[in-house]
Amino acid sequence: MDAKAAALKLCPGQALASARAMVRALDVAPADPAADAGLLGQIADWCDRFTPFVAVDCLDGLLLDVTGVSHLFGGEEAMLKTVREKIARQGFCVRGALAGTAAAARALARYADGAIAAPGEEAKATAFLPVAALDLDPRDSHALRRAGLKTIAQVAGRSRGELTARFGKQMVFQLDRALGLGEQPISPRRILPDLMVEHRFAEPVTAQDFVADSLLTLARSLCGALEERGQGARMLEASFFRTDGIVRHIAVETARPLRDAAAIAKLFHTRLDALGSRESGDLLDPGFGFDLIRLAALHAERHVPKSIGLEARPDDDKEIAFLIDRLAARFGSHRILTFQAQDTHIPEAAGALVPAQHAPDTKATFEPRQAGEAPRRPLRLLERPEPIDVMAQVPDGPPLRFRWRRALHAVRLAEGPERIAMEWWRHQTPKPTRDYFRVEDEAGRRFWLYRDGLYERESFAPRWFVHGLFA
Amino acid sequence: MDGLAKKLAGTRQLLVPILGETRARNLAPLGHGAADAALRGGLMRGALHEVFAADTAGFGFALGLARRAAATKRLLWIVQDYSALEHGQVCATGLAELGIDPACVLLLRAANATDALRAFADALSCSALGAVIAEIPGHPKILDLTASRRLVLGAQASGVTAVLLRSEAGIEPSAAQTRWLVRGARSANTDDWGHPRFDADLVRNRLGETGRWTMEWCCDDGVFAEPREPAAHPGAVAAQACDRPASAPPQRRAV
Repeated sequence: MDAKAAALKLCPGQALASARAMVRALDVAPADPAADAGLLGQIADWCDRFTPFVAVDCLDGLLLDVTGVSHLFGGEEAMLKTVREKIARQGFCVRGALAGTAAAARALARYADGAIAAPGEEAKATAFLPVAALDLDPRDSHALRRAGLKTIAQVAGRSRGELTARFGKQMVFQLDRALGLGEQPISPRRILPDLMVEHRFAEPVTAQDFVADSLLTLARSLCGALEERGQGARMLEASFFRTDGIVRHIAVETARPLRDAAAIAKLFHTRLDALGSRESGDLLDPGFGFDLIRLAALHAERHVPKSIGLEARPDDDKEIAFLIDRLAARFGSHRILTFQAQDTHIPEAAGALVPAQHAPDTKATFEPRQAGEAPRRPLRLLERPEPIDVMAQVPDGPPLRFRWRRALHAVRLAEGPERIAMEWWRHQTPKPTRDYFRVEDEAGRRFWLYRDGLYERESFAPRWFVHGLFA
Repeated sequence: MDGLAKKLAGTRQLLVPILGETRARNLAPLGHGAADAALRGGLMRGALHEVFAADTAGFGFALGLARRAAATKRLLWIVQDYSALEHGQVCATGLAELGIDPACVLLLRAANATDALRAFADALSCSALGAVIAEIPGHPKILDLTASRRLVLGAQASGVTAVLLRSEAGIEPSAAQTRWLVRGARSANTDDWGHPRFDADLVRNRLGETGRWTMEWCCDDGVFAEPREPAAHPGAVAAQACDRPASAPPQRRAV
């Protein structure tokens, strides 16, 4: 609803026929709620420059939590004015208000554009707003009006008991929130960072090396702030705000808390390199220029650096952690993996691969091998055991010949069976027991085969599979 | 003169951390006498070694080389997604059975050969690693002479041993220090499932001779060794009979 429509006395929710009757030449376009929501999301992303705590409110509003941020913009009044002007300059019709609670701010924004309610003064500020500003069920607000309670002050004047009896607890909670007596938690769109440093440019910057320099300086100040708190960053995000409203976020994770500015800059450089080579265009296309570059530590952890002795040997663990970070930044954190022992005897699950950056510190260790024995497990395990045709003696003789991937192998040496029963407590229908055989063929190749199920007892025609290949 | 030689050796050891590892010949003995002799002492650390695997036994051989070169440091194994589908993924219990601690091994899954080579180059710049194994199947165009020279320089700079594991590939020119053609060797007899055996053919060696040997990997010690004849299992033989007469009774014939 903009000024022109209000002047023509149209209202939202009106039927198309009556609107056409009021205004002859009316441009009609089909409603596209998805596009509207997308646009609102983009405006919300743009509002990130004021505060990281931005939430979407209904279908056409945004809630910004500016606690502790307003002094950066010259005070509350100046900040509200800047936000409204900047959004209006982009072509939107905007109404805004500032208050101590979200509900009060919402009510004021919709019905008293430009109002600022000091903390504690919400009741006074919302006193003369109509009951519709409470955002109640339409039947409840209609009932309030029928009862003669037309403004919030009148409603607040009634006793809470009779309001609860007539309208329920929810309505009373909403009334209290509008009066500044309670607060409902709002969830922000993005993760709130633990620490944030930013550069605002009076002149938008486009040069790549300037952007890289700026990132390095930001990394230095962030590391300084982290050092004061005794923390290191585990998850970092660099945000680039363009003058035309588009925002780009680049996230980087680390295996251990990181506090080294050069290392952080290198990780971002690697990530941008990898993203840039994958996409056809330039990821960090400045367009008309960046006017704000921000570096945020989304997640910081306690980090106590080890004291360096006089010999100053390079710290191997730290170097390996940095290598893992670089490889994860380049290829994705799901590609660099480490082994973790699992408490299970199922061969394919006994050693799980977990991303090295998120590997939890467990005390689980792998079973040491039995001294003097040949390897009982293959070096390579097929993720899906492949079915093979086998000639073997029933009921549980070792395979004599088998065909795998169209090649016939004559078995020269077979060891086994090693009977591994599946975990009956995990499955509804019990899975068949496997009899594993280590076989060597005439050429010296070694395989790990199994028969899926016991003859007669579990299945009539158990199938054979190849599960792994020995070194 | 002997005392002087000893003093020189001692001084050289002292100077190694100051002057750098290149001043001292950094060789990792494999454990197999003839192979070590051909390699003039052992596998050179901080160099590129190529292993052409005819079957999966070659993977184990490359792992053995990496383990000898890395000693106590960590290993990185770069596997391409195609290789994981074709030959299976590296198994932690398998590593443990071969005598290598799975906690020391990092695995990188590369999407294609370009990524694998990129990761190879990145990993060779980290001197905290002991060895890097890169498994690259086939003949990718990006793996040419220039690429292998770059890998050699990277390995020399950081001292990390690089093992390039090729499968389903023919020999191409490269700048590697040694080149091995490996396949699995048959076990000695049909009774004993022994330690892994390799038929390793050293076809190219920059600093020594070539040769072909059968090598066995001792999983307990983590070294290669000459293939040994397996000892007879004491339990496999029937117990000595104590009541039997020394000679068999003469056959009774009907006359």
